[in-house]
Amino acid sequence: MAATTYLEAIRQAMWEEMEADPRVFCIGEDIGMYGGAFRVTAGFLEKFGPGRVVDTPIAESQIVGSAIGAALMGMRPVVEMQFMDFVSCGFDQITQFAATNRYRWNVPCPIVVRGPSGGGVHGGPFHSQNNEMWFAQTPGLKVVCPATAYDAKGLMKAAMRDDDPVLYFEHKYLYRRIKEELPSHDFTVPIGKAEVRRPGHSITLVTYAAMLYTALEAAEVLKHDGIELEVIDLRTISPLDSDRVVESIKKTHRVIILHEDQRFGGIGGELSARIAEDALEYLDAPIRRITPPDTHVPYSPPLEEAFLPNAKDVVYVARQLARY
Amino acid sequence: MSSTTVSAGKADPGAVSRDVALQLFRVMKLTRETDDRLERKLYRQGKIVGGCYVGRGQEAIPIGCVIALEPDDVIFPTHRELGAFIARGMSLTTLFAQYLGRADTPTRGKDGNAHIGDMSLGLINYVSHLADSVPIAAGAAWAFKARGEKRVALNFLGEGSTSRGDFYEGVNFAAIHKLPAIYVVNNNQWAYSTPTHLQMPVANVADRAPAFNIPGVIVDGNDVEAVYLAALEACARARRGDGPTLIECKTFRMTGHSAHDDAGYVPKEQFELWARKDPIQRMERRLRERGWVDDAAIAAMDAEMKKSVEAAAETALAMAYPDGSETLERVFAEPHRVKDVFPWRHTDEYKAIEIKKEKP
Repeated sequence: MAATTYLEAIRQAMWEEMEADPRVFCIGEDIGMYGGAFRVTAGFLEKFGPGRVVDTPIAESQIVGSAIGAALMGMRPVVEMQFMDFVSCGFDQITQFAATNRYRWNVPCPIVVRGPSGGGVHGGPFHSQNNEMWFAQTPGLKVVCPATAYDAKGLMKAAMRDDDPVLYFEHKYLYRRIKEELPSHDFTVPIGKAEVRRPGHSITLVTYAAMLYTALEAAEVLKHDGIELEVIDLRTISPLDSDRVVESIKKTHRVIILHEDQRFGGIGGELSARIAEDALEYLDAPIRRITPPDTHVPYSPPLEEAFLPNAKDVVYVARQLARY
Repeated sequence: MSSTTVSAGKADPGAVSRDVALQLFRVMKLTRETDDRLERKLYRQGKIVGGCYVGRGQEAIPIGCVIALEPDDVIFPTHRELGAFIARGMSLTTLFAQYLGRADTPTRGKDGNAHIGDMSLGLINYVSHLADSVPIAAGAAWAFKARGEKRVALNFLGEGSTSRGDFYEGVNFAAIHKLPAIYVVNNNQWAYSTPTHLQMPVANVADRAPAFNIPGVIVDGNDVEAVYLAALEACARARRGDGPTLIECKTFRMTGHSAHDDAGYVPKEQFELWARKDPIQRMERRLRERGWVDDAAIAAMDAEMKKSVEAAAETALAMAYPDGSETLERVFAEPHRVKDVFPWRHTDEYKAIEIKKEKP
């Protein structure tokens, strides 16, 4: 069987769910005839028709709001943000209406807002942001960030079947770079569960999305030093599986948190606090974060390289931590 | 059709049946009685735990519109549409309990005042960012159209809401796809303390309709029959598949923005002028002229309403508050429960702590 790309995995999940459930429809900019800026919905219009593949004006608040309205009437919309950066224009509908809806009057609001996020492709300040924490901070929203093709498909299906609003962050760097063979049977990946990608006993490294590969690359180098990283892929930012991290720290006694999102208010800060609260007595060294600096995602290659964490950063910090 | 039309100020007496006219009148009276009980009694007695927004003088708008709808149409109200809830059949006890923060309501005390919805009644609970409902109502209408249902989504908003981008985004989408949505703007001339001339550069909200290529209808918002007839026509148009209508109801806010606001910024003569246009008194005069009510009927109606409002308020006051632990629930679909960050509150040591409150 041919290997499936991360992008194709997302596409398959949506296609299969749309075939299985007539309540599902897609809504977004340029998703119909054009098939989406990254071609995630290529062929959807021909298969499902304009009643289920809805091209919209450039009006993100309307796109999200109308998805909410249809969801309240029993539909299951999947919203495409052309770039996750643009979700700021639909932020109010997500954080105020969708997020609070169940809490306020116990009515489900099953929408998925999905789109490409992340840097490494020279997209510049408005096409490269990691803005998952804008939503993780809001109760009532689920935030998923898959790193593998298997998770991309399984988490998309789980998101589409979830009765709560889910923000689904696709890492655009992984779209066509990551491939794997997927099972032919239907499967989902549970939202809210982290996964150990590489077992180890020296240092726990917590990461997600494209940074998973940075961590795995560093782990290969570090094993020659006798440092075995235990690499944990969070997969979901909210709800956050910090229990899995604490469990690992009880074994390794050291931790590095690696992410591409901003340092200030990034998930590393929240995770650090939880580790300090729940596992301080197990730590033999300080918690270390590896993140970009608190600046904007730049465009030019040397600037973006200076901005993004890389495997050498991980190797350096891990060696320091192992010696601590 | 894209031009702004102005409906005949006074409805044709033959156009509204006796039954409907009496229903419009009764629900308006019941709404006024309930609103008064909420603001003039329970709020002033300090029994309402949060804010209290009233729609006194504007009852004709929600009631005229809601009674024009079919039972499976859905309604997106705001804080001035208590009459929409009552016209739809939400129990008065539930409404009082909602304002009092009691447990046995659809919000279970998690939301307050008129922020209440009940899907079985087609009433959507709105958020305080009022214009958010405009694209959401378009989405509901989109679902009806996609499924081939002849249902309508009716969205109330104030003239202030039409300043927000969501108004344009939502109406634009509804107009492009000819969705069965009706946008009813309650133009009461004041958005909190902001007068209309500082809110918009056009004389009428309805003047904005031509930009969406939809009808913009101006109605006397204190004439319940005129509102009812305009809503009926918009419903017929929506169900025919001809798309949305923007109905602007001209009215006046006979109170402050909410119960704490004395509206000192509104010229006094405006209140006197609009008091003479009170929608309930106008309808009563009209019904008397037509011989459909008399002194005895009005007195009987008043007595019965006072009794039912009194009974509902008393029942609600006796109802229990929710337990504090419920605040951890319903953030997500069950069985997820938010982690309690105050586990010590259950200990005897915590319960024994006494904090002396000093008044500032």
